[in-house]
Amino acid sequence: MNRILLMVLQRFGLGLLTLFVVSIIIFVGVEFLPGDIAEALLGQGASPENVAALRHELGLDRPAHIRYIDWWAGVMQGDLGTSLANRRDIAELITFRLSNTLFLALTAAAVSVPLALIFGVLAALYRNSIYDRSVNVVTLGAVSAPEFLTAYVLILYFSVKLGWFPSLSNIDANTSFINKLHQVTLPAVTLMGVILAYMMRMVRASIINLLASAYIEMAHLKGMPKLRVIVKHALPNAWAPIANIIAISLAYLVVGVVVVEVVFIYPGLGQLMVDSVSNRDIPVVQACSMIFAGTYILLNLTADIVSICTNPRLLHPK
Amino acid sequence: MKHSKIEKIIHQDTVLKQALTDPRVTRRDFLAFAGAMGLSTAMGSALWSGRALAATPKRGGHMVSGLNDANTGDSLDCGLFNATYMICISRAFRDSLVNVAQDNSMEPALAESWEASPDAKVWRFNIRQGVEFHNGKSLTTDDVVASINKHRGEDSTSYAKGVFSGISDVRVDGNAVIVELADGNADCPALFTDYHFNIMPSKDGVAESLSDAGTGPYLLKEYNPGVKTVLERNPNAWHPDGGALADSHEVIAILDDTARQSALISGSVDVINRPALKGIARLKKVKGVNIIDVASNLAFTHPMRMDVTPFDNMDFRTALKLSTPRQEFIDKVLFGYGAMGNDQPLGPGFGSYDADLKVEYDLDKAKHHLKKSGHEGVQIDLSASNTSYGGAMDAAQLFQQHWGKIGVNLNIVQEPQDGYWNNVWNVKPFCTCYWGARPVEDMILSIAYLSSSPWNDTVIKNARVDELVVAARGELDQTKRTAMYQEVQHVISKEGGTIIPAFGTDVAATRDTIGVGDQIGGGWEMDGGHFLKRWWKA
Repeated sequence: MNRILLMVLQRFGLGLLTLFVVSIIIFVGVEFLPGDIAEALLGQGASPENVAALRHELGLDRPAHIRYIDWWAGVMQGDLGTSLANRRDIAELITFRLSNTLFLALTAAAVSVPLALIFGVLAALYRNSIYDRSVNVVTLGAVSAPEFLTAYVLILYFSVKLGWFPSLSNIDANTSFINKLHQVTLPAVTLMGVILAYMMRMVRASIINLLASAYIEMAHLKGMPKLRVIVKHALPNAWAPIANIIAISLAYLVVGVVVVEVVFIYPGLGQLMVDSVSNRDIPVVQACSMIFAGTYILLNLTADIVSICTNPRLLHPK
Repeated sequence: MKHSKIEKIIHQDTVLKQALTDPRVTRRDFLAFAGAMGLSTAMGSALWSGRALAATPKRGGHMVSGLNDANTGDSLDCGLFNATYMICISRAFRDSLVNVAQDNSMEPALAESWEASPDAKVWRFNIRQGVEFHNGKSLTTDDVVASINKHRGEDSTSYAKGVFSGISDVRVDGNAVIVELADGNADCPALFTDYHFNIMPSKDGVAESLSDAGTGPYLLKEYNPGVKTVLERNPNAWHPDGGALADSHEVIAILDDTARQSALISGSVDVINRPALKGIARLKKVKGVNIIDVASNLAFTHPMRMDVTPFDNMDFRTALKLSTPRQEFIDKVLFGYGAMGNDQPLGPGFGSYDADLKVEYDLDKAKHHLKKSGHEGVQIDLSASNTSYGGAMDAAQLFQQHWGKIGVNLNIVQEPQDGYWNNVWNVKPFCTCYWGARPVEDMILSIAYLSSSPWNDTVIKNARVDELVVAARGELDQTKRTAMYQEVQHVISKEGGTIIPAFGTDVAATRDTIGVGDQIGGGWEMDGGHFLKRWWKA
């Protein structure tokens, strides 16, 4: 067990290093983009004088490395700073949106992960049957359709024609849990369409891979029922790849759903990040990218821990 | 049945339709015009009342609007406003000194009345007494002075610095604020209808630009930039009848065109701005949805820098102007929602607009001028981007085709969106651009068409235009001013360096439960940004 603890700590340290590197890359990247926030905010109305005045007011006339160090100094004290565009507290801006993003991601995951497991196991069990083929065709079809298309089709039928679900996710701090669930139904279904196929096919492939092993054959020869062979014997050894694909899918749900946010007017982090990049609002971009990078690092770490814990060979290396 | 018949007539007859949507046309004008078109008075009357929509204003109710042109970076700082969402919100919770009324006249707001010195150089604005901000602070003349000074001086970060640059001094005199101008300007009150100009509370002479306390008819209950705003009636409003009809509002930022339209169709919102023009014919057919279009002074401009060859040659410019397909531009780029332009910036919404000034499409004449210019077969670059206006890339291709016919090879350079206004516009010799509507002629002419203008994007240096614009500014006789502005239109159209194929039309769509009144104000889309106060839910 100590080994795992050591590995977690080690990976955690590497994760922090990654975050640091990401923050530099993002900062430099945004600096390289043409124009800065003063020009972006003033647009066509920018004259050299008011651009200079705004730069001075926002402290953008200081050299880049000083601004970067200042930003780190703030972060170390738990202060993410204020948005350059509207001088609002970034922590406040992000909390509301992050909680929305996580709510949508968890809702989509809570439905699609169990579904993927069940569909995948059944597909492995009845492989090459009509069931296997049709579940493959349907999920692959769903993942091949662009998200906005799925979203618009869902809106057309379920909100415009039938009126069951709203096309707008009108969520604020006072929205009740049940109401929230109702509002995220269509966005969550759209996202399920994207991630279900990957996870389902990975479950199926990993199990089928194992079914050729000698110990599975042994189990069959003992006369165990097929389903029991798969769930009891094959699945535990297939956890490692499955955990990885689930982690990647979850990470996608947190960081990659800007299209769904735009179509359903869902106030999540993606839209904030996109707007902030086009406004050159560096502190907000930094905060968002730290969250996104952190999500990837944490989820990958979790997936690795799961793979190690479920594999005795990795747990007790010689 | 009758209704669909009427609609058919409206469709068939674009001339009548234009008369119907023109904010300057009164009922009487329209009936006379319809009579001349061969329609009976009863028919004309029916058409006119179709325009009035839900006719009786009703107080109360909750209205939900979906607006695009919003951003998560939006701020309450009025000096940085440049988009419809914030303009509409600020018009609801803050006030200005003067408003553009629905009939496009100047309407007193926090300035109860005003008077000018005979040379129109010194203006006295009498400030309304007994007005309170939402936080309980009383409105003082100092707040007004600070709100004006926000847009003046070296340290000002305001987008509207240019608009207020003609003010040389602002001071308090009893209950009035005295505004002194460097040169006489008969349109001084109109400066204070600019959407950047909000009256805010002040502290030690500095306006608190980020304060959510205004004097407007609505309280800013919840404000989440780029997401949603909730407004509730201000029980303590100074305005007659509370200054607003609906009791409360929810204004949702919906950037995606399809999302905005489906929200309207499914009834999640009552009002949207800018429905996508590509699909508007279909949206029109949806039951319970009304399309509202208002002629605007927004100009789609294509500035040529007149100090760069070949654009320095007037014959060359004339050749391009004469071979620009204006009707096709309106039909294909604007999907019919536009008015014919004539290469000068004063649109049909201005009182001085000269409707007889036309630039006809004439390839023979264009070829003649091109030959005279000596630039036959020349290749020119047009820097274009849809950032300048939606459809600019399509427009560029349209121009390429038509200018090709007279022997001008147009090379279209697609420019990046980022930094377009800094690196392309006012830099490259020829580009696509737009100029938003201004309430008075002088504002657009002074900012872009004088030799000394800060944003003279065509580098026009015309002594006659300079002379006329300055003279018209101080001229208090309306007839004389109109004549001057008409001459300016003719000179710029003929000699100027911009191609303006069309003026825009502001389009909005509402559920049929929304009433909008007989007239809709111009100056900006959504009733000059005042729709939250002026429209009602039946």
